[in-house]
Amino acid sequence: MIPAVRPILRYSTRSLSTWSHVPAGPPDPILGVTEAFKADTSPKKINLGVGAYRDENGKPYVLPSVKKAEAILTASNADKEYLPITGSGDFTKNAAKLAYGEESIPLAENRIAITQSISGTGALRVGGAFIARHYPHENRKIIYLPKPSWGNHTPIFRDSGLEVRGYRYFDKATVGLDFAGLKEDLKAAPEKSIVLLHACAHNPTGVDPTPEQWKEISDIVQEKGLFPFFDMAYQGFASGSTSRDAFAVRHFVAQGHQIALAQSFAKNMGLYGERVGAFSLVTSDAAERAKVDSQVKIVVRPMYSNPPIHGARIAATILSTPDLYREWEQEVKGMANRIISMREHLYNALTNDLGTPGEWGHIKSQIGMFSFTGLTPEQTKALAEKAHVYMTADGRISMAGLNGNNIQYFAESVHKAVKGEL
Amino acid sequence: MSSIDLETWSQVPLAPPDSIFKLTAAYKADSYPQKVNLGVGAYRDDDNKPWVLPVVKKATEILLGDPTLDHEYLPITGLPEYTSAAAKLILGADSPAISEGRAVSVQTISGTGANHLGALFLSRFYTFNGAKQIFLSDPTWANHHAIFKNVSIEPLLYPYYDPRTIGLDFTGFISALQSAPTHSVFLLHACAHNPTGVDPTPEQWDNIAAVMIERSHYAFFDCAYQGFASGDLDNDARAVRSFIAKGVPLLICQSFAKNAGLYGERVGALHVVASTKDAADRVKSQLSVLQRSEISNPPSYGARVVSLILNNPELFEEWKRDIKTMAHRIIDMRQKLFDILTNELHTPGNWDHILNQIGMFSFTGINPEQSRALVEKGHIYLTTNGRISMAGLNSHNLRYFAESLDKVVRGLL
Repeated sequence: MIPAVRPILRYSTRSLSTWSHVPAGPPDPILGVTEAFKADTSPKKINLGVGAYRDENGKPYVLPSVKKAEAILTASNADKEYLPITGSGDFTKNAAKLAYGEESIPLAENRIAITQSISGTGALRVGGAFIARHYPHENRKIIYLPKPSWGNHTPIFRDSGLEVRGYRYFDKATVGLDFAGLKEDLKAAPEKSIVLLHACAHNPTGVDPTPEQWKEISDIVQEKGLFPFFDMAYQGFASGSTSRDAFAVRHFVAQGHQIALAQSFAKNMGLYGERVGAFSLVTSDAAERAKVDSQVKIVVRPMYSNPPIHGARIAATILSTPDLYREWEQEVKGMANRIISMREHLYNALTNDLGTPGEWGHIKSQIGMFSFTGLTPEQTKALAEKAHVYMTADGRISMAGLNGNNIQYFAESVHKAVKGEL
Repeated sequence: MSSIDLETWSQVPLAPPDSIFKLTAAYKADSYPQKVNLGVGAYRDDDNKPWVLPVVKKATEILLGDPTLDHEYLPITGLPEYTSAAAKLILGADSPAISEGRAVSVQTISGTGANHLGALFLSRFYTFNGAKQIFLSDPTWANHHAIFKNVSIEPLLYPYYDPRTIGLDFTGFISALQSAPTHSVFLLHACAHNPTGVDPTPEQWDNIAAVMIERSHYAFFDCAYQGFASGDLDNDARAVRSFIAKGVPLLICQSFAKNAGLYGERVGALHVVASTKDAADRVKSQLSVLQRSEISNPPSYGARVVSLILNNPELFEEWKRDIKTMAHRIIDMRQKLFDILTNELHTPGNWDHILNQIGMFSFTGINPEQSRALVEKGHIYLTTNGRISMAGLNSHNLRYFAESLDKVVRGLL
């Protein structure tokens, strides 16, 4: 009689069941583009997917001011002790100054509750969680995102516990701002709802309201008692001027709005992977600020305890050292200018050189790293598969990925895609 | 036109400060020359200074001098050279989990981030037997409770520390494993239990594994002190590796905060061991989705430092020496404290637990009243549960501490 098989099989069968029901998750629509690009072996390939700046040679650009700051830090032999839950005070103090302005009244009155965050994503997530927990209007935990918005906004806010809705923003017909639609939708939103505003260099369209339009938006937000949540991931990067790019944020604050603000230093300091950002709230007085601050800590502690030091120290060093600050401002201007010049080039290539069907003025009028080309998902797919040109399916291109070496090939590929000749 | 609502945050209540933070703040404010800080869970050298490991300094120089290094985004699941090396470190380079492609590794914001991501993953995808609950040791790291509550998993307690023996309540522990509903989730400290310093013996671990298999439980390992506990990396990974060999379904939260002294750089990883490669791939894809909507991708710098150390044989050896330096200084403090209490001062009670407990922390066995007296009269800062951080002891303050402890036990402080 053969003895029964020993328990080993029984154990495996048991553990086989733990994750057998877990479905495969979808690849990230934005970061997935880079993965596809990496897998492509064509020498002509171009990556216009993820929003990371590239120099004239298509290479990542480590800002010289960042290199200098890093050298200073290494020489200082600083320790690696834990930061406080809300991060480096040196960093957050300077981040607040950069965003709100040196003359900011709430800043001077110690009314801004600010925490260092895991770049912009982390700022949005901590902000979303804080609002879901503490926003006093129970049935208004609804956030309105512009249509379209950065793809990751929806899961971030949904996972935070907020209901996600949309307001009209991009006008396909004009390839510009649907301002009438925007105003209508904000006016129709339930009072006290939350509205997400891209402070500058709207992602993915590159279409920004004018200062006059921002003033009108501020008035409507006030009229409807909406809560403004600004996402500022491109301060300095859009126009080349940090103060100009902060106009909307500062106008709202000057008008008395109590805003929420997510800041990122990924692009404007090229610190992408170091995850440098901040989340802040304008409160009504210093005592309230302290209470809000204590509750932000409660949100952060069970998620990651405290934020990473390296990137924040670099940013703080730059912002608090006048020479480095000036250098940095020039470098940001340099990046913004290279992008503006690529816009010029592309517009000229499509309109004057190739005579590509359609109106391409939006390429010049849009601002920041991205441009909504107007290409359809089918066309973007063809561009990836036939021309080895990678962008997100919504036709968004990162202008930073274009340079003197590839812009002609890109323009020609777009020309073919539009004419259906790929 | 309605005026702007300035009442938005007016109802937000003031939250109590983190208790360890309060303790540290009180220590800082104290002007007593002989004050001692035994609250902090961070290594200190013999001069009570933070210690950046020599191997970390070397790795830092290498990174700074590397012209090819940039600050680009890491993949969502982190730096691949880092996560694969981190997996080998805890699972063992020859682990079947790795060779069979069953181990999923995601870089996280240190140990807290790993605990959070692991908890979040369980809350979304684990088939709980009834309500979403997890069994935590009584006591455990305070933040464990907050981490699980935050993702709507209710923490329950399993007996662990026995105040009568100042050791492990093994019977209570096994009882809890046996009586919990099948397929329950148990949080286990891989080594150097925080806060007690009391670890199961290898035989006890085998027993625990056997019951977990019998009851189809899931093991949520938290490993924040690998190498730091005994001084030997493989020894400290023994429980984890044996559980994997026996087929206990599990995940591991890993931190390099203590053993590499990288605290604020936030270097950690979550490893989920699945039973098939297919399951592992699906688990990885879902972990990526969760990570993306919280942090997008993890911080680069610290992972590069650790990756350099783990993947370079010379640096790895040097790291092992640095770990031994830390572990041995702590073991030395334990020995000396034990000697002074037992052989010199003849402090009432049995102090064997100081020698038997392992890792950065020690549960002295004194009560809250005595702990408070040490703080208020002795200017010695420790938590009310009688936990001391051995790393806060050094050749300069050891005698003062021993004498104060002796006094408080005798009721003379």
